[in-house]
Amino acid sequence: MNRIEKKFQSLAVRKQKAFIAFLTAGDPSLRKTEELAFAFDKAGVDIIELGVPFSDPLADGPTIQAASYRALQNGTNLPGILTSVKNIRKWSQMPIALMTYYNPVFHFGEKQFAAQAKASGVDGLIIPDLPVEEAGGLIAACRENDVATVFFLSPTTTPARAKKIMAAATGFIYYVSLAGVTGARAGIPADLLAKVRQAKRLTAKPICVGFGISQPDQVRRIATIADGVIVGSAIVNRVAQTTGQNNQIQSVRDFVATLLKPLRSPTHD
Amino acid sequence: MKVPDQQGHFGKYGGQYVPETLMALLEDLEKNFRQSWQDPAYKKAFKTLLREYAGRPTNLYEAQRLSRYFETLKVYLKREDMLHTGAHKINNTIGQVLLAKRMGKKRVIAETGAGQHGVATATVCALMDIRCEVYMGAEDIERQALNVDRMRLLGAKVVPVNSGSRTLKDSMNEAIRDWVTNVRDTFYVIGTVAGPHPYPWMVREFQAVIGQEARTQFLKKTGKLPDYLVACVGGGSNAMGLFHPFFNDKGVRMIGVEAAGRGIKTGQHSAALGAGAAGVLHGTKSKLLQTPDGQIVIAHSIAAGLDYPGVGPEHSYYQQIGRAEYVSVTDQEAISGVHLLSRTEGVIPALESAHAVSYLEKLAKKAKPGSSVILCLSGRGDKDMGTIKSGQSI
Repeated sequence: MNRIEKKFQSLAVRKQKAFIAFLTAGDPSLRKTEELAFAFDKAGVDIIELGVPFSDPLADGPTIQAASYRALQNGTNLPGILTSVKNIRKWSQMPIALMTYYNPVFHFGEKQFAAQAKASGVDGLIIPDLPVEEAGGLIAACRENDVATVFFLSPTTTPARAKKIMAAATGFIYYVSLAGVTGARAGIPADLLAKVRQAKRLTAKPICVGFGISQPDQVRRIATIADGVIVGSAIVNRVAQTTGQNNQIQSVRDFVATLLKPLRSPTHD
Repeated sequence: MKVPDQQGHFGKYGGQYVPETLMALLEDLEKNFRQSWQDPAYKKAFKTLLREYAGRPTNLYEAQRLSRYFETLKVYLKREDMLHTGAHKINNTIGQVLLAKRMGKKRVIAETGAGQHGVATATVCALMDIRCEVYMGAEDIERQALNVDRMRLLGAKVVPVNSGSRTLKDSMNEAIRDWVTNVRDTFYVIGTVAGPHPYPWMVREFQAVIGQEARTQFLKKTGKLPDYLVACVGGGSNAMGLFHPFFNDKGVRMIGVEAAGRGIKTGQHSAALGAGAAGVLHGTKSKLLQTPDGQIVIAHSIAAGLDYPGVGPEHSYYQQIGRAEYVSVTDQEAISGVHLLSRTEGVIPALESAHAVSYLEKLAKKAKPGSSVILCLSGRGDKDMGTIKSGQSI
């Protein structure tokens, strides 16, 4: 069993929900990414999602586009990110999932990539432009290496597709809160909770909700139904705003702590 | 083997590589296109508009002075430049906007490089009274100002794209982001034989009218089939439109001409088939210009319509199975092609099409004397006057 599955098991025992924090790897540097990961672990983040920067991030809004651009400008690449994961593994057992567009993985070679990811300490892959229909090769390579393959459900997913996705997903299922790209938004879509509840009836696998979540109140409301909450752009924004400041790590950590708090108070369930 | 297969694969290329939100929509689009394409009422509406509105069939014109210049070649120009809006793009936009109306969509979006596809989309949207927004790279807006004015006059909103290379690649990223956000009421009109299935197939079917006409016309004029087909390849829609109906005519050699930009060795070019590797971008697997890390490289071509790091998946397939050959010519050679055709035939070609014209210089040296060529003159050059004038002084 890999670290992601173990994490959800132990959360279930404690009747808690997962807080998944996203960082664009290499923004402002891989060194800082490692320090932030360390701080997130201390703050109680359950799973870290490391974004592999890509030249054409078509599922991302302006915040992560800009972070990806900065990371690429300073030379961040996939081998470098795997080295950083190895470094993080020296002092942390926090589950790590890589969020990457498909081309860097395809170009690396699916089999080699899955093996090297595993050897570096990666627990799961999240690939926003790889639907299950095209994922046969990667799924096989990941199964062989005990790397989880997270797939997406979206408000537009048909019941027939949902079935395929739920069968193929391991680790958790990523529920996209809205039709759109990543980016912080206020509020949550009116029918979101009902839709997640409906999806949960069809699978025993954990369902985590992401896209547009940036405030503690959104986290609290979504966690009443979902097994986990994913926050990306809001954290990446905070990293960008504090780059160059001495207290960057502390400042981002404090921000993450406020988002995480609703999941750790005993009243939320 | 019949391509594409049910999942949109052309051999190992093609497919659907998009965010989950778009998958249900693509399924719906595929189903609607499949039904419409077999529906006589839809086909009749399509063909009537091509004939009455766009101006089909286009002439297959024997370019005698150009042929005399080359000595060894007998060149026939398939005059897509004579179509309404000045390029082959309208064949496809008529088909797709008709489909958008049929599917009850309220809004059309498109990406454009040279502006020809944007103009063709805006034109048909005006005709069919549907809202239209066109994403266009800021750099392309500067070099294709005339087409920007045309789109605005036609009532379309032109949205400048300032991210990345500020050209076609990034306008496609932006269009996909819009689409994923407004998925329920918006129809994305892709301008070439690229993007996720069913687009490469659907656009090929709409553009195949080029090759179907050319084949019939050539047979009627000469009683045989041509030795060569030559067309420029950016995304590759005019080339695929010409090539596809000749697929089973084994004696007909197909040559796609990519943009070598400032030279393949400089790295500043758009020759995805000539110098790229297999990869995934904008929803499809095809040959791509990319770094050893799998990041997409910014392409270059003097012709905005060829300035794209990828290519339609069916061309990658044709290259892989050896059905077509892909070559490239530089910016400078393309400009020479503009001059050559203008002076010999009184026809000013688009910079894109001029790549194909220019390649004839090379073909003439190796072809058997008397070889016949159908060249797809995909667009006219009015839009490029600024670029051509500044190019002369380089």
